[in-house]
Amino acid sequence: MTKDKELMKKISDGFINNILEQGELEFEDVTFDVGELELRFSPIVRKAVQLKKILELAKLEFTPLNIEWIGKVEEVRLGATANDGGTRDTTYVIGGEGAAAFYNFEQTMPHPPVVSMDVFDTKIHLPKAIRDQFGDVLEDPAQWAKMCVEKYGAQMVNLHLISTDPYLKDTSPKDSVKILEEVLQAVKVPLCVGGSGNPVKDVEIFEKVTEVGERLLINSINLDMDLERVTKPIKEHGHVAVAFTQMNMDKARELNRRLYDYLPRDQIVIDTNCSGIGYGLEHGFTTAERARLAALKGDRELQHPISLGISNAWAPREAWLDMDPIWGPREIRGPLWETITALSMLLVGADYLMMLHPTSVNTVKDFIGNLLNNSKKTEISDWTSAKLR
Amino acid sequence: MENCMAFAVRLANMEVEIDMCPPMLEEEKYRKSYLELTNTLHPPVKQVEFGSTDRKVIVGGEYVMHRHELTYKNPTVFALDIDDEMDDKEVTRRLKFVEDFSYIYIGTEMKLDALAIRSVSNDRQKFKNVVKFVREKTNLPLILCSLNSKIIETGLSVLERDKPLIYAVTKENWKEMSELSRKRGCPMAVSSPNDMNTLVSLTQTLQGNGVNDLVLDPGTFPGNGLSKTIDALTMLRWKACNDRDKLLGYPLMGTPITTWMGDEDDQTKCWRESITTAALIDRYTDLLILHGTEGWGLLPNIILRFNIYTDPKKPVSVKPGLKAIGNPDEKSPVMVTSNFALTYYIVSGDIESGKINCHLIVADSEGMALEAAVAGREFSAKEVADAIKESGIEGMIKHRNIIIPGLAARLSGEIEEATGWKVIVGPRDSSGIPKFIQEKWKNK
Repeated sequence: MTKDKELMKKISDGFINNILEQGELEFEDVTFDVGELELRFSPIVRKAVQLKKILELAKLEFTPLNIEWIGKVEEVRLGATANDGGTRDTTYVIGGEGAAAFYNFEQTMPHPPVVSMDVFDTKIHLPKAIRDQFGDVLEDPAQWAKMCVEKYGAQMVNLHLISTDPYLKDTSPKDSVKILEEVLQAVKVPLCVGGSGNPVKDVEIFEKVTEVGERLLINSINLDMDLERVTKPIKEHGHVAVAFTQMNMDKARELNRRLYDYLPRDQIVIDTNCSGIGYGLEHGFTTAERARLAALKGDRELQHPISLGISNAWAPREAWLDMDPIWGPREIRGPLWETITALSMLLVGADYLMMLHPTSVNTVKDFIGNLLNNSKKTEISDWTSAKLR
Repeated sequence: MENCMAFAVRLANMEVEIDMCPPMLEEEKYRKSYLELTNTLHPPVKQVEFGSTDRKVIVGGEYVMHRHELTYKNPTVFALDIDDEMDDKEVTRRLKFVEDFSYIYIGTEMKLDALAIRSVSNDRQKFKNVVKFVREKTNLPLILCSLNSKIIETGLSVLERDKPLIYAVTKENWKEMSELSRKRGCPMAVSSPNDMNTLVSLTQTLQGNGVNDLVLDPGTFPGNGLSKTIDALTMLRWKACNDRDKLLGYPLMGTPITTWMGDEDDQTKCWRESITTAALIDRYTDLLILHGTEGWGLLPNIILRFNIYTDPKKPVSVKPGLKAIGNPDEKSPVMVTSNFALTYYIVSGDIESGKINCHLIVADSEGMALEAAVAGREFSAKEVADAIKESGIEGMIKHRNIIIPGLAARLSGEIEEATGWKVIVGPRDSSGIPKFIQEKWKNK
């Protein structure tokens, strides 16, 4: 080391003379550490040195990021086991993040996102690729739910009581509870219960279904509802509300602000809404991303887990239409559409995904597992020369 | 001629470049301001260009990490691979596939961008032949892929004045590769799989040697290695945009092609390549090298790319009101839809492409997509009745028939009641409109 330093001094002294005389010098076929050399020149001289060739690879260290997130997302428990007065076999906690989605280099996500599947209380129009996967059970919500959990690995089930819409079947709250009880019998995972989207009727439905207990996820509460009335049974029976707003961060804040008057923070999940690829994905993507970043930067009104209806991915025609053969069969295009919509939303912070197709559910669960994989070992051989046939 | 204030505003919006102001460039008194502004306006992610003399692509040039901060500049470039052991027929099929690839989405054509030629044989003559063969057939931008500098040198020898991207410089070959890049003025990819220390050491060394057009590849590990890839891309883009790290302020690339190195069947590999591609588009990559040529694998990703690179200020809704599509007259059909922007563009696009003259009433659904708006009552008989009244359509036509979206079928009764018009339920998807009009409207 000392020897090297002496040598360096000799070299640098020689160079300084050169530079002062000629204003430039060129290194050829010499090997030394550039960083060390620079230390020995005064700033003025260093500026004049034109290193024409570096012959040793620099040895730098990548300095880890130092991001100071100051906010933390609320942890919310879904479902109740016998210990909590429910009948579920499992419960899930979502949220709790103290860093942006999948910033594994900073923090492993405290709770993996939950992948759930949708079940409807009446026959609805579904793309063929989905119908093919369920067959007859589409007529029977309990059997449908069972298939989602047992055959297709859904972590939770979303029972959408859409037939309650006054403009559809106007199913009564009492009859809806019957359907819910059948589903609760058929599967032992936590449940989410949704209405038809009608802001008046949904309140009546939620008042009744909340009586079953089980710490349900209630989907959803919005600004058009009588918030005082709808939150009362949710609080009383210890459920969790999904606060839904339409791709608008200010509205999401406003709704939460109003909900805080009635509900504890750990009984609120937000849905900032999402659309599929080619049908406004970017709006939902950016709303969720901004909401989560704001939460981590300290905005208390947005520090809630995010639930999203990934099933909306099936709305754009590319997901379900029989297209020119060049675009492949819709049976594969559709699930891929839903999968990519889901993973895009996961990457901006989704904690709870509502989905439709078993293949998408399966792939998305794998994707989450892969992204949370912590093993340092990663090998790859040279793809430039790989034979791929 | 634009005044200085207007230019300054456009400059701040990144719509013009500082070099478009001659006094700034030429006059000594502006020298200092010019340098300061150039520094401020300089994108933290360097813009790198490659391609043939007459067809280039641009990668990078990004200012921000998240799309809401400012519109992303240059959409991710998609390159398809060709290798030197493919026969001429397969090479031709692949380059034609890229040349001909086209999908029209809301009036915009989606395309693939480049070719990546790989040396599988590690034989200089073979590589030279395939590069020459490809170049004679197309002027698509090329990426020459081999870790052997002799192979790259041979490939470059048949490309005359083109500036392909060289893939890649590594810690093993950096001396020879950087010399090639410097001699030919070609940009170069820096490959350092799962080794960030080497990556930053390489960029510093290359910069010191005057090689400044770089693209960084931290390695794409499919399957359970994907977390490492996502970590690396995120850290690199964060360093560039938020820390203004000059050593890492370069475009990023990914190689979903690595999913094809597994043992699964082709359909599985294509599926995995497609989802890897999507994750990398979402996480900041500026260039991707792909292998699969299945339309179903590529379609979601070219649209995802378009979505992510759209101006984030673009509104979610369009202004409600009456729109004339084509040249409608007093006998033309009247249709109603929601004011969610995407619904409107898709519906009006379908009507236009069906060459139908029609009065399209855009009802105020508060920017919600139709299906959700029907459920949530943002789109109900009231909105339709209001829209009809406000549009003045009643004075323009001789009939009283309105076609409503199939997704709003359940509202037909209440709409008839509220408007007094005859309601005709249209198709569930607007792609069915041309056929629907031909069959159901002709006799009106």
